[in-house]
Amino acid sequence: MSIPADLKYTPSHEWVRVEADGTLTVGITHHAQDLLGDMVFVESPATGRALGKGEECAVVESVKAASDVYAPVAGEVIAANGEVESSPESVNQDAYAAWLFKLKPANPADVDALLDAAAYQKLVESDAH
Amino acid sequence: MLKQTPLNITHRELGARMVDFGGWDMPVNYGSQIEEHHAVRTGCGLFDVSHMLPVDLEGAEVRAFLRRLMANNVDKLQVSGKALYSCMLNEAGGVIDDLIIYFMDENWFRVVANAGCADKDLAWMERMNAEWGAGCTLTPRRDLAMIAIQGPDAPRVLNHALPGVDSITATLKPFTAAAMGEMFIARTGYTGEDGFEAMVLAKAAPFFWRALMEAGGKPIGLGARDTLRLEAGMNLYGQDMDETANPLESGLAWTVDLKTERDFVGRSALEASEVTQQLVGLVLVDRGVLRSHQKVHTKNGDGEITSGTFSPTMQQSIALARVPLGIAPGDEVEVEIRDKALRAKVVKYPFVRNGKVLI
Repeated sequence: MSIPADLKYTPSHEWVRVEADGTLTVGITHHAQDLLGDMVFVESPATGRALGKGEECAVVESVKAASDVYAPVAGEVIAANGEVESSPESVNQDAYAAWLFKLKPANPADVDALLDAAAYQKLVESDAH
Repeated sequence: MLKQTPLNITHRELGARMVDFGGWDMPVNYGSQIEEHHAVRTGCGLFDVSHMLPVDLEGAEVRAFLRRLMANNVDKLQVSGKALYSCMLNEAGGVIDDLIIYFMDENWFRVVANAGCADKDLAWMERMNAEWGAGCTLTPRRDLAMIAIQGPDAPRVLNHALPGVDSITATLKPFTAAAMGEMFIARTGYTGEDGFEAMVLAKAAPFFWRALMEAGGKPIGLGARDTLRLEAGMNLYGQDMDETANPLESGLAWTVDLKTERDFVGRSALEASEVTQQLVGLVLVDRGVLRSHQKVHTKNGDGEITSGTFSPTMQQSIALARVPLGIAPGDEVEVEIRDKALRAKVVKYPFVRNGKVLI
């Protein structure tokens, strides 16, 4: 599966989409869901919560294991995806559609420091070896 | 370098995700673990369990040797082919391993050891054999591969792969085995479903596996093996019990024979031990997933989850937990999951047998 070129990524396998209004939509990558396997539980952060960069803020659990999801940048949670919480398998079906939460970044320029698709691709490849 | 079973190349050809499982390179899943789980409950699944070690014990004194070595009583085995589940204990009463013992004839018993315990089991058996002057011949059978064929459709699949084998399997009762030369077929398993564990010469395994797939058997990885055995309420060595655990506190009292006068390794320690805990089943009431080592709060004190997962059959999270005595089915307990205390209900396990939810 190709890595969407229009998204940003973290080394901990979150994807980030910068929306037109400057807010960020966050999920876990296809590679991350592939490693974890069948998802059975998703817990998103509460709306209004202020997150520091790299803070644990959501949990995804497959049959096999639990995995933390980290805030890609500092910001405030403005929405959580209740649909994904009630159907965790949607993360397996399309990881880039099944977003977990939306953030209003504290500093919009922080996003520039995240990985682009090419850099993330490299990271995934080095993971495989 | 990881150890490989005779089916390693087959797993890779099938696109399995391989993991290091106690030093063995094993398939954890081939595709969706949940689909693999359901395939065993509704059809037929194939498991490579060749990492487990069959050990043949031969000689006139084998029965007497096992009578003293094992916590369960091999004198329950009187009919050729009959199998017995037993713990092998150390002097302190801790569990060295849990094994299946097959009685074939008075000069031949076969024991199947867990992969991770195989080396120490063999060393322990050799040591006791020498110490007691039992004179048994112990032969580890790494020349054999073992394939589990599990699920309601297992008899048909096996007979399709080995036409005519139903002349034997049709009358093979649960927990019995039949041997034909180097082929060994037992009606045993680790899933809570009907099925077989078949041992064949290692070189025959890839072809046998393909024939079973051709007949409709689906390859199943270790991931689904764990959710299936947990639903079936079967202990996993290293999680639900180990050398530090008392079998009487691990849901294994039914396998420890204290009724007869028979002296066996660990007996005096067990009889002197104070049993304060028990293994119970849990079903999570709140949303989340139970996992091993999570703390359990009960009205009689704290306990711990030994095995936990999401049950694909029940569509909720289940666990085995070691908790204080006096906690009974129907009680509510709290499980610490991350920073929350979630409600769970104590239940009598097994959770699922023969495709049916029992809770």
